[in-house]
Amino acid sequence: MRRNLVTLMALLGAFLLFAILVHSETGDFGFVSGPNLELILRQTAIVGTAALGMTLIIAAGGIDLSAGAVIALSTVVLAAALSAGLSPLAAAILGVLAGAAAGALNGILVTVLGVVPFIVTLGTMLALRGVAKGLAHEQKIDAPMTWVNSALAALKPEDRWMLFPPGVWLTVVLAVLVGVTLNYTRFGRHLLAVGSNEAAARLAGVQVGRVKRRVYLLGGALVGVAGVFQFARLSVGDPTVATGLELDIIAAVVIGGASLAGGEGWVLGSLLGALIMTVIRAGGSQLGWSNWVQEIVTGAIIVTAVAIDRIRHRRHG
Amino acid sequence: MRGIGKRFGATEALAAVDLSVASGEIHALLGQNGAGKSTLMKILSGALVPDAGSIELDGQPYRPRNPLEGRRAGVAMIYQELSLVPHLSVAENVFLGVEPTRRGLLDRVLMRQRTREVLAELGSPDVDPDARVDALPIAGRQIVEIARALAAGCRVLVLDEPTSSLPRPDADRLFATMRRLAGQGQAIVYITHFLEEALAAGDRYSVLRDGRLVESGATAGVPPERIVTAMVGRAGSEAYPRSPRQAGEALLAIDNLAGLTRPNDASLTVHRGEVVGIFGLVGSGRTELIRAIFGLDPVLRGDVRVMGLGEAAPTARWRSGAGMVSEDRKGEGLAVGLSVADNLMLTAFGPWVTAAGQRAASGPVIGELGIRLADPLQPVGQLSGGNQQKVAFGRLLHHDVDLLLLDEPTRGIDVASKAAIYRTIDRLVTRADRPCGVLIVGSYLPELLGICDRIAVMRRGTLAPPVGAAETSEHALLLAASGGGN
Repeated sequence: MRRNLVTLMALLGAFLLFAILVHSETGDFGFVSGPNLELILRQTAIVGTAALGMTLIIAAGGIDLSAGAVIALSTVVLAAALSAGLSPLAAAILGVLAGAAAGALNGILVTVLGVVPFIVTLGTMLALRGVAKGLAHEQKIDAPMTWVNSALAALKPEDRWMLFPPGVWLTVVLAVLVGVTLNYTRFGRHLLAVGSNEAAARLAGVQVGRVKRRVYLLGGALVGVAGVFQFARLSVGDPTVATGLELDIIAAVVIGGASLAGGEGWVLGSLLGALIMTVIRAGGSQLGWSNWVQEIVTGAIIVTAVAIDRIRHRRHG
Repeated sequence: MRGIGKRFGATEALAAVDLSVASGEIHALLGQNGAGKSTLMKILSGALVPDAGSIELDGQPYRPRNPLEGRRAGVAMIYQELSLVPHLSVAENVFLGVEPTRRGLLDRVLMRQRTREVLAELGSPDVDPDARVDALPIAGRQIVEIARALAAGCRVLVLDEPTSSLPRPDADRLFATMRRLAGQGQAIVYITHFLEEALAAGDRYSVLRDGRLVESGATAGVPPERIVTAMVGRAGSEAYPRSPRQAGEALLAIDNLAGLTRPNDASLTVHRGEVVGIFGLVGSGRTELIRAIFGLDPVLRGDVRVMGLGEAAPTARWRSGAGMVSEDRKGEGLAVGLSVADNLMLTAFGPWVTAAGQRAASGPVIGELGIRLADPLQPVGQLSGGNQQKVAFGRLLHHDVDLLLLDEPTRGIDVASKAAIYRTIDRLVTRADRPCGVLIVGSYLPELLGICDRIAVMRRGTLAPPVGAAETSEHALLLAASGGGN
């Protein structure tokens, strides 16, 4: 919990910094306004939801490099289903299932072949991107506008009572569920045990392979939800979207305090990590920073966050 | 256990071994590394399946196919490399794999309460069920391992080298715990290299040699010499070789040295032609002292000179003729995936590395230490623990250093491997050309008294002036280290 507090402080620090910078630039407090906050949350939902799944995978000692490709696949499946005349709900479910199927594939390859997750998901990253392109015939799939698109759209005046768009709320609900799973269920303990000391977990009777397959399945399903959000933002099925996004997702988890060696992962921290990155981007673009400046700053933040964590660990033994 | 046999390929690891342990008994299992102790216990706990023989537990036939079945039947093995999950809490580790749940969620209240009960039964109520395991000292982790076995209802406990990494007071507490468990009707088998310990703590003992049971009986009144004879097959008179020594110029001089946390104040000189020992309890700062000397830990205050060279990084230390063996063989000592030759030559590769060159260069070291292997290019991880340690030590020979810094160089290895290392140390400090100086950290007093010329005691970060090994005793050193004297 102390770890989450540190991430929260970092988020507040970044937020304050940009609030002041934007104020000195424009003379108003636009950065702390309701619409801007809503914008930041909407932009965080995609990486944030995927980061929930990635938190589980990393805490269990794994990694998933295919997340970006799976998001693209999910948007393509969803758009194709909508164009084929399926109901929005059925199409969205298919999008999530596409992610779950990809996760199941990763889990099976990792456990059955015994190949390290980095290599397995490097392979599926390329292969699933290919599947997405094949399904979409290497084009964007235009889909009719439905209520799915409103998941992350700015709220209409009559919906103001919701405070945030439904997609943001869904992210929060999923975060609570994942947090409970990680901290208060047997599966969560087994997951951390596998990530912390796989041999010991096996000796204690934990079914290591099954735990890993479930972790990748769950992680994939959450990435599938992120794909639905991605579709909602663009309202097209785009097989080339979210290229490289897996690295943003991993960065969010790492800023949130997870150890890439496994055994540690913080759900709230990962969400805060995703928020930190959005705040930097939103703040940077409102200050008129070029894209390349934003990228340098984001990169520096990632390394700094992890370095601070290392120093803290060293001090506490 | 009756007529147990097990082969690994062409080698016969166990042949017709019988062993019986009664409830309420502490049974010490002795033997050199490779004698078959661990194999026998792995069969008992289910990690290995025997080729011949049968086992009965409480009169019932018992044939576990894996450790989980063994545990369910009531046999738990507590391994030397502790098998806990470092990131989880004590209670979570105790219940790992058998977590109680209520309405789908973990029943943390029950876990905590049961853990507290078991810890109290073990006489360690001071261990916090919510503490993370990686925050506990090794002794605490062992208690957690035992608590886990008890919580699972085990009646036969096998402890593999439980005291090798424990300082004396913790070891004594562990014996008290074992005694207590035996009083409650548990059967305990423990594997050890320490003879005195086995005789003091065990009710009965068995000695294995080359896969065969050579002796067993009650421990009362048995002289250690007899067990050594049974273990090595001959009388072990030359345990600590010591040739006449002549101290020469100073190789290492430290003056009021202090590190970040430990040591706080250490002054010492090591000369050519002498072996200086440092004795101290775990946590006293003895490892940190050696690390600071070798440039692995920062120096806060004071002065350190190795052959005239002040504070320096490990690379510079090796270059100026000092070498170090870490106490953590797997973590810091060896690259276990690399070959024996690679490990021996790691600090001093020539510009070209060829298979023939590696075999030639590693030959003398392998010969001197009697490292048992199939080929110098074999991965070092395939060797037995004792032979791995010889490789870690052999690196200093290959590098031909003048000053040897040894941190627990013989921990957890068999008598023959120890003897090879002692012999080599003695040869190095008494050789005519450039005799070496040795600084050795140890926690086994007979060993330090046997091989050292002078011994200094480290206590809570402060190093006392060294005394001649001939003028002190186990009793005096232990008293100085554990805080009884001044």
